[in-house]
Amino acid sequence: MCLAVPGKVLDIEERDGTRMATVDFGGVVKEVCLEYLPDLEVGEYAIVHVGFALQRLDEESARQTLELFAELGMLQEEFGDPWETAAAEAGVDPVEEVRK
Amino acid sequence: MKYIDEFQDPELARRLLDDIHATVTRPWALMEVCGGQTHSIIRHGIDQLLPDEVELIHGPGCPVCVTPLEVIDKALEIASRPGVIFCSFGDMLRVPGTGRDLFQVRGEGGDVRVVYSPLDALRIAQQNPDREVVFFGIGFETTAPPNAMTVHQARKLGIPNFSMLVSHVRVPPAIEAIMSSPSCRVQGFLAAGHVCSVMGMGEYPELAERFRVPIVVTGFEPLDILEGVRRAVRQLERGEHTVDNAYARAVRPEGNPAARAMLEDVFEVTDRAWRGIGVIPDSGWRLSSKYRDHDAEHRFSVGGIQTAEPAECRSGEVLQGLLKPHECEAFGTLCTPRTPLGATMVSSEGACAAYYLYRRLDLPATKAREATPVV
Repeated sequence: MCLAVPGKVLDIEERDGTRMATVDFGGVVKEVCLEYLPDLEVGEYAIVHVGFALQRLDEESARQTLELFAELGMLQEEFGDPWETAAAEAGVDPVEEVRK
Repeated sequence: MKYIDEFQDPELARRLLDDIHATVTRPWALMEVCGGQTHSIIRHGIDQLLPDEVELIHGPGCPVCVTPLEVIDKALEIASRPGVIFCSFGDMLRVPGTGRDLFQVRGEGGDVRVVYSPLDALRIAQQNPDREVVFFGIGFETTAPPNAMTVHQARKLGIPNFSMLVSHVRVPPAIEAIMSSPSCRVQGFLAAGHVCSVMGMGEYPELAERFRVPIVVTGFEPLDILEGVRRAVRQLERGEHTVDNAYARAVRPEGNPAARAMLEDVFEVTDRAWRGIGVIPDSGWRLSSKYRDHDAEHRFSVGGIQTAEPAECRSGEVLQGLLKPHECEAFGTLCTPRTPLGATMVSSEGACAAYYLYRRLDLPATKAREATPVV
């Protein structure tokens, strides 16, 4: 949760008076709020934390950081199934937990 | 130097390391503030590639780790109440409170939900107007602006059933507390890059000057960390103590002004307890009186909950750089990621979990290389 992950803006729209974007994080696509980087445009990269774009980043830096985070397993932590992870840590059946 | 081959640019890594080796003439202790940096350092064995004179001390920069036990207990109390939907980031599920965690509360019938963004929790509140929806708002200066915006939106859109349990922490007062401790060994800091991408660098010159300590803003990648170390060591060898930005591609001196303005509107600075460390003056944020209606602590009257921390967990010493994880008697025996005593073992950004995951027991370098990596 602490890490901000770089992503690429695919699409931008105004929703309920808020500027929102669809952002690609190395294959995982999420909705992201652009209120803190209102002039970010489609095709640009930004550091995104818990659904908010916080700072611009160039494409090469974004790509390298994404590769590192994937290698460290941090993308799985950020975007994977948290119940499954928690169940595994607790030593109970992850499948049962996810079904709850 | 086996690890160097794993770096994205091994040749650049080698040059940076050569420069550090050539520069250093005596022992220096540097603290990396961010848990993400700790993870990267241990994963890549960066501390083992550095000259013996350069010691990296792991700082308190993991928000999950530093959230105090009593705040976890407040969360567990609220999440157990009928009619409440309790929303949290996934990495808080297994953080132990007194006797249980959020994962167990769900097993007991509590409606605990994991969200990716605080805005998801706000949406759940809109969709469930007859329920009380509470979001667990923890984290450093990177998480605080999204949470601030969410409370601001709740007020603007008039969503009365949304509230936030706020336990935000700030990095600069933690640096001040660490440097003020009589047992402090830290001589330089690798500051947390993403915190600075929001807050800028304005809070650091005064600290660098007062404590005569170099502060180098540093990213997470192995090369970023080596470059941060190189610049810090260079300053120390020259007797300098300035603020330096080694992460310019993501950090501007002014940070993100819109995010900082929102923080000032929604939150106010307060004293905050850090798990294992105790109260650090002015080290946290709470909701300002303007947003009191959305303060879960007030709404659910849990302000009185106070909890003593378990004596056998020494995470506070780990968080202050006074103890390496493997030096704790409980490490790897009584305390593992499956049965964590403290949050530094729960969170993957915690120093104890990083040591456990990568089987780092600070063995002699050659043996440690044989033992890692395990992933």
